[in-house]
Amino acid sequence: MSQDAIHPETDVETAGSPEEDVMVEVRNLKTYYGGDKPGPFGGRPVRAVDGVTFDIRRGETLGLVGESGCGKTTLGRTLIQLENATDGTIRFDGTDITTLNGYELKQWRRNAQMVFQDPDSSLNDRMTVGEIVREPLDVHEWGTPRERRQRVRDLLDTVGLQREHYYRYPHQFSGGQRQRIGIARTLALEPEFIVLDEPVSALDVSVQAEVINLLEELQDDFGLTYLFIAHDLSVVRHICDRVAVMYLGNIMELGPTEELFSDPANPYTHSLLSAIPEPDPTSDAERITLHGTPPNPRYPPDGCPFSTRCPARIRPPGYDDLDDEVWQAITTLEEILRERMRADRSIKDRVRGMLGLETRYSTIDEIYDEAFGDVRVPSRIEPTLDDVAEHVSANNESDALEVLKEEFSGACQKQKPEYYTVSNSGRRSYCHRHDPEYRSPEQTLDDRHR
Amino acid sequence: MSIETQLHDTASSQEPIIDVKNLQTAFFTDKETILAVDGVSFAIRPGQTVGIVGESGSGKSVTARSIMRLIESPGRILEGSSIRFTRTGTVQTFATKFDGQVVDVTKLENEYSPAQLLEDPSVDATPQEFDCDHVSEVSLADVLASGYADDLGIIDEDDCVFVTGGTPQNPTDGFVEITRVSGEAKRLMRGGRIGMIFQDPLTSLNPVYTVGNQIKESLRLHQGLRGREATEEAANLLEAVGIPDARRRVEEYPHEFSGGMRQRAVIAMALACEPEVLICDEPTTALDVTIQAQILELLADIQEERDLAIVFITHDMGVIANVTDKVNVMYAGEIIETAGVERLFENPKHPYTRGLLESIPGSQTGEKLRTIDGNVPTPTEPATDCRFAPRCPKEFDECTQIHPELVPVDGEDEDHVTACLLYPEDRSTPQAVEYHQRQARGGEDR
Ligand code: SF4
Ligand code: SF4
Repeated sequence: MSQDAIHPETDVETAGSPEEDVMVEVRNLKTYYGGDKPGPFGGRPVRAVDGVTFDIRRGETLGLVGESGCGKTTLGRTLIQLENATDGTIRFDGTDITTLNGYELKQWRRNAQMVFQDPDSSLNDRMTVGEIVREPLDVHEWGTPRERRQRVRDLLDTVGLQREHYYRYPHQFSGGQRQRIGIARTLALEPEFIVLDEPVSALDVSVQAEVINLLEELQDDFGLTYLFIAHDLSVVRHICDRVAVMYLGNIMELGPTEELFSDPANPYTHSLLSAIPEPDPTSDAERITLHGTPPNPRYPPDGCPFSTRCPARIRPPGYDDLDDEVWQAITTLEEILRERMRADRSIKDRVRGMLGLETRYSTIDEIYDEAFGDVRVPSRIEPTLDDVAEHVSANNESDALEVLKEEFSGACQKQKPEYYTVSNSGRRSYCHRHDPEYRSPEQTLDDRHR
Repeated sequence: MSIETQLHDTASSQEPIIDVKNLQTAFFTDKETILAVDGVSFAIRPGQTVGIVGESGSGKSVTARSIMRLIESPGRILEGSSIRFTRTGTVQTFATKFDGQVVDVTKLENEYSPAQLLEDPSVDATPQEFDCDHVSEVSLADVLASGYADDLGIIDEDDCVFVTGGTPQNPTDGFVEITRVSGEAKRLMRGGRIGMIFQDPLTSLNPVYTVGNQIKESLRLHQGLRGREATEEAANLLEAVGIPDARRRVEEYPHEFSGGMRQRAVIAMALACEPEVLICDEPTTALDVTIQAQILELLADIQEERDLAIVFITHDMGVIANVTDKVNVMYAGEIIETAGVERLFENPKHPYTRGLLESIPGSQTGEKLRTIDGNVPTPTEPATDCRFAPRCPKEFDECTQIHPELVPVDGEDEDHVTACLLYPEDRSTPQAVEYHQRQARGGEDR
């Protein structure tokens, strides 16, 4: 396994073979929401996409996976300019589309379309199927009305519907058929690039399979390029050539599908894959259960985005001898304090606290009891914990967190990782542990969790 | 002995806690009657997880809601259905609490015989409806509990505790008939004995009350706790379901919880009632996989701690494989295959089950995914054919004329049954078809 560090902003994606035909080049792309207004939250934007760099090759299906709130849908929407990028570039065949406006953008949009998850809400129930599919043709004044009608009939044919369906209404169709209508509409202007946002997650398995087969056929017939956004990894494994795994606005790992599934490099990919229940009751694969939920993208951690939950987090030197249990307890303590800091305390609460009345906040003893339970705390770390307790008693969670961080932070919480190339195919992973200085993610997870 | 009862005897040494017998739930609209659940029978045992898997329209959720008595007009559980809560302790509690709603079956047996009742023109039932081959096997409790004899005035409309052993004051055997409970008895059963967790936790949480207050309300109703004690217990429950900083979060509103935390809060609320059975209807479908893994782990822990019986309803074969002991596959209102979980995945028999497993992407290597063409039909008439026939790759002439019964796959083992005319597999197809016909008539085959 080669472990040459590659810096995200510079020469990524150079590992591929020269004949590889890049269609979309995304560099250091950021999409933030809010943050421009004054007010309590005004200063802090939601960092939905927080600096991603990757290529999409012509004719491939690139999967984009991750949990809700990881930014995958925002990224998809930014790529076809349904959202504005905050920073970075998106080049389609060399043109930076983030700079397009008005007429240029409208012209370019013919090239890039989107299929949405929920066929029910994306189809207007008062329009006939024919009208729905024809709408983009009308908007772009494609051909004569007669030609448009003919084209719609052909499209219905293409996606496996009947020409007679032209005059029916969407509610007369099943979920799978409605998704076909959505696909026909997407194809109307002969785009080259389609963002598929969870196109089959609302469908039953058997119907899902039909729609996936259709998408694959269309790709072959029309030479389409797909960005396939999904949370269902089994579908992704089937349909995608390469996969990007996102977490909190960042791409944690990107590489060829089979390789990434069978030999994940990044600790997050490991955790995500191990959480999927396999349809095999005899499987005894040990599950890595992640604690907590992803952090608020308004307050991402300073270091690695995954550092608050990572099961392979690097521990600070000097504490090598602490048990996993103690680390788990410290993480829980951090989680509680972070959670508290974020919860806005009502004024009433503050007043009650000031007046010495009973507040809803449990005492530090109770918190320690919850986090540490009967874990034996080494005397070495007791002074730090006492310090933390003092701050918490003074209702100062942020100082308490600062103390914890000062004492127990390792590389993961202090610095952002870099991208490392982890295989000959050019697969990249965003994790400190690919640095030969540390134990590899895989070995760490083996030691700690199996 | 019928298939159903034998199944119960062999599948586990534990006695069932809930026995669902011939459940039929229909929805009546101006246009048509939809038989959403059409004759479903299965048992639920303490410490065991029974899975019900199917696609939309299979009737799996309506089955769950029927057990919870959550079916509302225009829907109704039909006559002939019986859902029995059989734990003796519960029967005793109900017999004491609702002493006006008790039926002393032993005493009535001196006056009435099932055969005589079944002959009455106002009773529209045959032994087959009780999973019995012959009228001599039908018990009086069967006829009375399933509502057939209501018009005869033998029992009252609100009678729901059936005592078949001991005395009404001190029953040693019997059941509470869930399809008949009403008023206070219904409230005590729902929530008190059977808890339910839905896909969307917000359907169970009231947005205007704090999570703690909602748990405390359950504690007050079901355990009689109040005040400080209740607050303390509510926090303990939240902690037990893995909500960090529980003492503070008790005072928060549902919207302040994330999706996974809300589902935990709902589980805590269900536990506040100390239920014996937990019905989970797609509880993790709306959650991310890492959160789903947390919730599944939590449910497994709780089950082990409390010896809970769990009914787990989902469309996800992966989840089924991971959490259940026994699986019922539903299609168009009927159970079409039942087996232990390992058996089902290793050796699925019904063409629909096979199709379902094969259409999971990732389970197949070929370029194209296997599909099942067409859609799940909406059953509006009693079945006289195989409802899967229009989509079945193995369909043959008789499939459209004969309704397949649940039969042992190998002709003997009642732990693996399927409703397809190709089985039992040790017979030639014509023989198997004949076997199904005989079963439907009340079979002298065995
Ligand atoms: S950098 Fe650290 S926290 Fe991030 S994934 Fe790697 S080991 Fe985990
Ligand atoms: S009875 Fe016939 S149609 Fe039905 S599943 Fe069996 S083979 Fe297929």
